[in-house]
Amino acid sequence: MTAITDSNQPVTPKAPIILVEGLAKSFGKVTALNGISFQVQPGELFGFLGPNGAGKTTAINILTGLARADAGTIRIDGQDCTRNPKAAQHLIGIVPDESNLYAELTGFDNLCFCAALYGMPKAERVDRAHELLKFFGLTEAGRRKFGGYSKGMKRKLTIAAGLIHRPRILFLDEPTTGIDVASARQIRQLIQDLHGSGTTIFLTTHYIEEAERLCDRIAFIVDGQIVLEDSVPHLLQPLQNKHVLLLYVLGADQQLASQMAEAFPGGQVEVAAKDQLRLEAETPIPLAPLVNFLAGRGREVTEARRPSHTLEDVFVRVTGLQVDMLKKEKEKSTGGGQ
Amino acid sequence: MKHWIAFWNILLKDLRAYYLKPPNISWGLIFPLAWTGMFFIRSGSGLESTLSILPGVMAVSILFGTTSMLSVTVTFEKRNRSFDRLLLSPIPLWLLMLAKTSGAILFGILNAFVPVVMAALLTDLSAVNWSLVVPAVILISLASTFLGLFIAVSVSEVFEAQTFSNFFRFPMIFLCGLFMPVASLPVYLQPLSYLLPLTYGVDILHGAIRGQNHLAYPLSFGLIFLFCISLFLLSLRNIYRKWIL
Repeated sequence: MTAITDSNQPVTPKAPIILVEGLAKSFGKVTALNGISFQVQPGELFGFLGPNGAGKTTAINILTGLARADAGTIRIDGQDCTRNPKAAQHLIGIVPDESNLYAELTGFDNLCFCAALYGMPKAERVDRAHELLKFFGLTEAGRRKFGGYSKGMKRKLTIAAGLIHRPRILFLDEPTTGIDVASARQIRQLIQDLHGSGTTIFLTTHYIEEAERLCDRIAFIVDGQIVLEDSVPHLLQPLQNKHVLLLYVLGADQQLASQMAEAFPGGQVEVAAKDQLRLEAETPIPLAPLVNFLAGRGREVTEARRPSHTLEDVFVRVTGLQVDMLKKEKEKSTGGGQ
Repeated sequence: MKHWIAFWNILLKDLRAYYLKPPNISWGLIFPLAWTGMFFIRSGSGLESTLSILPGVMAVSILFGTTSMLSVTVTFEKRNRSFDRLLLSPIPLWLLMLAKTSGAILFGILNAFVPVVMAALLTDLSAVNWSLVVPAVILISLASTFLGLFIAVSVSEVFEAQTFSNFFRFPMIFLCGLFMPVASLPVYLQPLSYLLPLTYGVDILHGAIRGQNHLAYPLSFGLIFLFCISLFLLSLRNIYRKWIL
């Protein structure tokens, strides 16, 4: 792959490229950010995961200079951006959650214009625009007006615009929300390629599986507060010793769950969904005694599964929020989904 | 140097995307033509009235041309979030806004000279003091553009910008001495006239075109320049306070 960002610039070893301490922001009586602190290391893919209204976009807006913090400090590449966000804007590329390029310009002209905003000379910006259009598979579309692009193409060109000046840090706000499955997959691959080329990426998403697959480290943000922050393996660690069994039983209810919990002590039993029981224990859960127990009560097990632990389990455990509801809420607001 | 590359390209983009579009070009021609025709017919006199109408038509062409465009190039872009892309670039805010308003300033200047070309076909302009007309037109265009910017950053919707503009524009036609002298206004309205930047620009034009200015040129130039600086700084302050929340 062609190096799409300038990863050869010197970076101070181990010094965080983004350092945020006590960041707070309120809109009237609504607290958007409640004193959050975190660090992002150079070359890291850092995920900011949370439901709608958790404060993800507010945090990005403050970090990039589109909003002001009420309190706290921000240092980007060692520069104090708390009072002067312009100090680091040449280092960062931003891909907002909604494409904000110019509908009346062609894809190529949009990229050249964005390059000019960073002071790139004409020959350089033309070369760079062609390079990015080719990289994103938009060479033909580059001659057409941006307003006529599909959602996936718009998102790709918006990412290309964020990369036009070879930023060291790329902020991606919900990059795969509202686009088709194929485009979302392509964009995830692009993110992985960018990460591989050494670009620091700050990714916000509400797709937990996406964050799990892509990110080195993840912070869960809920109601303006970071409730958990760690590397993906570390986040999953507390669940590694847990054994889970999902049983699909017609008419499973709370009463049945309670009876099973009594009959098989040492674990938890709950109704996870309609006709679905979830058993969790510290030791392996044998299936046969459970099937026999249920058969003795006239219940048939139609399916049994031992799911592996995912970040979704961690998220639900930490926040108490239902992931499916969050996805539906977001997709309704963007008019699309994956 | 990098900042000026950005400045130039913002201006070029706006010219291509907005100002050089056929509807705007035709609007820039038809609007002054309509005003000239209307006042010429209303005056009921012959071609000798052309010079008395010309300063007012020039000023009103600039005022409407610049303030109308700002609601599109600024309010519309803010509304559809493409303005955020400009705010996220490493350009100082003052230079960014100067770039965003330069197209309107040029548009206003060109609009002003449409009635001049038409007047040249109807009457003799040899007595006009162009060394006063040109800087006056530039300053009127600057003041009107920055007034438009002030309005554009005070609202969030394009239609609000248009209606709020009219709140300033229509009273200014009557209060700023465009077609009737400020002295002929009721005494209680005259102080209001001197609070409006267009009064000073139009007074210079009346002096330069037909030798009938009421204020000293340095005073008029100084005051309209002061209005330009104040409106621009006030707009920057509003952007910083309202748009960078």
